[in-house]
Order: sequence, then C-alpha cells, then structure tokens
Amino acid sequence: MTKEVRDAFKSGIPIFIGYVPAAIAFGILSKGCGITLLESFLFSAVVFAGASQFIALNLLMTGMGPGGIILTTLLVNFRHFLMSAYLSTRIGKMAKRYKFMMAFGVTDEVFSVLSFQKGRLSKTFIFILEISAYAGWVTGTLAGYILGGFLPEILTKSMGVALYALLLAMLLPEIKKSVKALILTIGSGLLNTILIKLDFLPNGWTIIVCILVIALAGSFFIVDEVQEEIYE
Amino acid sequence: MNNLILIILGMAAVTYIPRLLPFLLLSNKQIPKRVDAFLKCIPVAAIGALIIPGVFSATPDMPMAAASGMAFTIIIGLWRGGIIIPVLGSVAVTYLVLFFAA
Repeated sequence: MTKEVRDAFKSGIPIFIGYVPAAIAFGILSKGCGITLLESFLFSAVVFAGASQFIALNLLMTGMGPGGIILTTLLVNFRHFLMSAYLSTRIGKMAKRYKFMMAFGVTDEVFSVLSFQKGRLSKTFIFILEISAYAGWVTGTLAGYILGGFLPEILTKSMGVALYALLLAMLLPEIKKSVKALILTIGSGLLNTILIKLDFLPNGWTIIVCILVIALAGSFFIVDEVQEEIYE
Repeated sequence: MNNLILIILGMAAVTYIPRLLPFLLLSNKQIPKRVDAFLKCIPVAAIGALIIPGVFSATPDMPMAAASGMAFTIIIGLWRGGIIIPVLGSVAVTYLVLFFAA
C-alpha cells in the first residue's frame, strides 16, 4: 500500500464512520414517511447530499410539490459550487480527465479533507475518499431502512461526532502554523452562529455567506502577504 | 409514486450541476491573483462554519459529551497530529461520557 493510499484511507474511515449514523437516521425516517426501499436507496445513491435529503423528506410530508423541493435542494446544496471552484484549482492533470465522476462526490467532508492535502490532488486519493464517503452513506441508508434503530442511540450520537473531530483534526496543523487561519476559522464560526440565530437566510445559505465574507476578508490578508514578500 | 422518482432525479441534477460546473469553467483557465487568493481562503472559511455552531448540538441532551470529545481531538491533534487517533479517540471519549452520564 503506498503512502497516498494509506493517507486516503486514514481520512476516508472517519468520513465513513460519521456518515453511517446519519444515513441510518435517513433510512429510518424515509421508511417512516412511507417511501419504498428502492426510493430510499435512490435518494442516497443518486442525490448523495446529506442535509438536503432530510429536508426533502420534511417537505414531502408537508405536501410540497416537486418544483419547491427541487428549488430548495438547489439552494441548500449551492455551497458546493464554491467548494468545487476551489478544488478545480487543485486537481492534477490526470485527475482532470475524471472530473465528471469526481464532481459527483464533492460533499462538505470530502472537500474539507481534499483542501488540506498538500500539492496536486491525485485521482487515487480523491476516489478512495469519495468511495468511502459514498459507501458509508448508501450502506447506512439501507441498514437504517431494513434494520431500523439497530445501534444503541449513544453509539450513533458519538459516531456523529467523528465528522466534527475530522474537520478539527485537519484544521489544527493549519491553525498551529498561522494565527490568520485561526482568526478566519473562528470568525466564520461566529458569523455562522449569528446568521443562524437571526434566522432570515434559507437553509444552507448561512454557510455560503460565511464562505463569501470570510474568504473575501482572508484574500486581503493573503494578497498583502504576497506583496510584503515582494517588497522585502 | 412516479412523482417521487421525478423529485429524486431533479434533486440529483440540481445537486450535481453546481458540483460539476466549476470544474468545467475553471480547470484550464489562468486565474487572476485576487481571485486565487479568495479561492485559497475558502477551505478555512467553510470549515469554520461547518464546525461552529453545529458541534455544540452534536449531542443535544448533553453538550458536555461532544465537548469532551472535541477537547480530546484538540489535545492529541496539537500534541501529536494525525487523523485516526484524534477522531476515533473523540468518538470513544464522547461515548464514554454519554455512557457513564446516562
């Protein structure tokens, strides 16, 4: 096993562990909504987008039509546009050929792990990560639908913490190196908290606003830094 | 229930297209410095908002449990780095706190 493959699994396993309990919850909930096993499977296998699947179930129950549900999904998932924009500047030449497949697997967590890898992103690394995430999401959905709440509640709750721990574990080396990264991270978290409290943005858009505002603020820091280097 | 298949396909399309478009639009372009600096800041900005405030409601009945798990991640992460031990350890710590508090 090369180091690259090992590293990919090291990040893929936490995503898998984190996705399974969320997907089990989706499976259980979708069964409760009177959806068939095939439809529940298709939701996770074809849409592959955590939060928006739960929201869609909610909206279905309120009797909202397809147009409204699809539009809401677009709004909720639009943040991935920004994440893909970043990733498109990072993928290697070989990986570019697989962009149609690769783009399908850009979730919050996959994006986060990829963004902290050093150097050009290879297709091996990207696909191991995306397949781990996808496997966790789809098998979890089936398990939840078929088996119901077969895991003790405190176990699924603790497994859910894995996703936050993963993001944090990747962020720490960055923060250790640069105070600016720490300021931007906390700034973004604070802004997000305020926006959620104010409760005027549709679901998924608080993160978009945070990315736009904080990355814009950050870009001034970085450009200044580049110029300082030139002057020195 | 054909309606539902339509919804699923529609949702898949509006999820996939925003994930794909930037790869088609930006891949071979020279990106201006200012835009590049902006793109470089996206990860930190996104992850800050993905963690906070969500993490505080990861274990809603007992926020202390998730907080203990995160504390473990921070300590081990700063001290030794790595991914697997900080992550699995935080799951274990959260589990133990929930288990003994229940």
